Amino acid sequence: MSVLVDKNTRVFVQAITGTEGSFHTKQMLEYGTQVVGGCTPGKGGQTFEGVPVFDTVAAGVAETGADASLIFVPPPFAADAIMEAADAGIGVVACVSEGIPVADMVRAREFLRSHPGTRLIGPNCPGVITPGECKMGIMPGFIHQQGTVGVISRSGTLTYEAVGQLSERGLGQSTCIGIGGDPIIGTDFLDAFQLFAADGDTEAVVMIGEIGGSAEENAAAWVKDHFDRPVVGFIAGRTAPPGRRMGHAGAIVSGGKGTADDKMAAMEAAGILVCESPADIGATVAEALAR
Amino acid sequence: MTRRRGRRNWAEADRLLPERLVRTLFGPLTNRAKCMKIHEFQAKQVLRDYGVTVPDGGVARTPDEAETIASGLGGKVVVKAQIHAGGRGKGGGVKLATSSEEARQLADDILGMQLVTHQTGPAGQAVKQVLVEKASDIARELYLGITLDRARGCDVIMASQEGGVEIEQVAATNPEAILREHVHPGLGLRPFQATRLAFGLGLEGKAVREGAKMLLALYEAYQGSDCSLAEINPLVITGDGQVLALDAKINLDDNALFRHKDLAALRDLDEEAALEVEASEHGLNYIKLDGNIGCMVNGAGLAMATMDIIKLAGGEPANFLDVGGGASAETVENGFRILLSDPNVKAILINIFGGIVRCDRVAEGVIQARKNIEVNVPVVVRLAGTNADVAAEMLQNSEMDFTVGEGLKDAAQKAVEVLR
Repeated sequence: MSVLVDKNTRVFVQAITGTEGSFHTKQMLEYGTQVVGGCTPGKGGQTFEGVPVFDTVAAGVAETGADASLIFVPPPFAADAIMEAADAGIGVVACVSEGIPVADMVRAREFLRSHPGTRLIGPNCPGVITPGECKMGIMPGFIHQQGTVGVISRSGTLTYEAVGQLSERGLGQSTCIGIGGDPIIGTDFLDAFQLFAADGDTEAVVMIGEIGGSAEENAAAWVKDHFDRPVVGFIAGRTAPPGRRMGHAGAIVSGGKGTADDKMAAMEAAGILVCESPADIGATVAEALAR
Repeated sequence: MTRRRGRRNWAEADRLLPERLVRTLFGPLTNRAKCMKIHEFQAKQVLRDYGVTVPDGGVARTPDEAETIASGLGGKVVVKAQIHAGGRGKGGGVKLATSSEEARQLADDILGMQLVTHQTGPAGQAVKQVLVEKASDIARELYLGITLDRARGCDVIMASQEGGVEIEQVAATNPEAILREHVHPGLGLRPFQATRLAFGLGLEGKAVREGAKMLLALYEAYQGSDCSLAEINPLVITGDGQVLALDAKINLDDNALFRHKDLAALRDLDEEAALEVEASEHGLNYIKLDGNIGCMVNGAGLAMATMDIIKLAGGEPANFLDVGGGASAETVENGFRILLSDPNVKAILINIFGGIVRCDRVAEGVIQARKNIEVNVPVVVRLAGTNADVAAEMLQNSEMDFTVGEGLKDAAQKAVEVLR
């Protein structure tokens, strides 16, 4: 089993004819993802790699029955694209776009409150993959293996690093969720843990956090009381100086809050196995599962 | 007038071509590391445009200009150094003058000085302009700030009767002294909230209405300019009951600058580290640190993790450098140039996890860079993911001196070892 996406997921791609959208649509089709449609305003009626293109998400959903969407729309219009997907009744919306104005995301998240049937993943994230079934995102498919370890991460390539370590040891993944590196995201660690808690086949979870905000601490508090499977964690940015934003818009230690040490302490207090080194993630999961 | 400006900017955004924006999104210029800071006088101009009352004044680049402005204001003025860092007063960058001649003298002292504050570092920051403002008759000093509450997903207004001091200290020692109002994302700050804050700040008489009006205007300025922070510290009540923004600090959301061309033009490159500016021109996200192992990584999270593992291996990272999702031969070469511009760098660690980025392309860049630039420090390379095997072969056949790291830990250890 898995969470969010599986072999039956019907994926729609917003901005399917753009540089990134077209490249990754091909990659997803090669992986075996059911990409049923896409949209680019003004290009309705065309096809791309055999996939029908529509002018709007609503038209595409009506025609194809898409139930998940991946967004490559440029940042000035991406928040609007998220709202369009929700309005069209899409269940899982993952937004890859990086650089969306914060104020736009604040409004989009408010919009989503009145669309409880839609779950947003990201923005500024690699997407979601259930290995062997559905790759809805930009992650390299070949490093993943089917299995029982859930992965939740704020980062892109650091997630690949962790997944690589897992697969190397024969530890496959149930689903990997890139929740995104922005200050305002649709699904945070806690939400993702709740999804995995409902999935009986996920035997352990890896959480990869980073400095900034308090999402890791909040999730740790919930895990302590509600999640009894092994959790392995890592926090990036221990060496980052305060007040400097490390790439991700969300990764900043400000006013002494959101430091790596605070997060690691909160996670340890919740019984999470915290790795000091990012090189130990795979081995720590293997040990935890062997107990 | 302010509303009209907001609309114009939205219309401009709509006219931008998607192709160009795709390049902005996925092309080299993706990860800009900072929110944009502007000077106090610029922030005050933004506030003035939105109807926030600020002291009368003008900016001067020479003592003569300062004298002219001061005499126009009646002589009794404050001369304030304009640099981005905080703590200017304590550093000697803010002085009171009782006459325009004295204002001239103070401007002469302050202009050109290397102002050192707790935020500038020991070298300080050169002062190129001063703000000359009419001195105010201060009865009370208050604090106002607006920023994003990440956990709630909306903006929060913070207000405190303890103005003029470090608000972080108030937050740590006396959190109840900070009043908070959360702003509805769709509806904005409501008048009752502004009034509640005004009473909470202990305002009386006509100052209540004036204060509430200012709060509403301040929020409109914050929202209309896509700020990530707007802070007035202190907000003062004058002897005759006027509410005045005596100091102002505004940070802008980098991601929204495309719809604020006028604000984007206020960027002051002299306030930013030269290497970081150069890196951003090449689409690289670089932050200088104090160590001696330069690192080049794809992805912000992995870049932070690489810094962390260097430290765990007993070394000190010299920088954060994220070459982004589209690391090409050219990006890698530019990355090398930036790293080597830092004289502290004694070794370089390249850590790339190829997903969409192909490792063979990165290897090509590394080899090319070593041909084109004089690289006189040892280089440790760790390439994983897409085409990593091809890349490893290329590096071996290049007959150049690389140390190949097998995995993250091994690479970090080797980078530390080559320095011994």
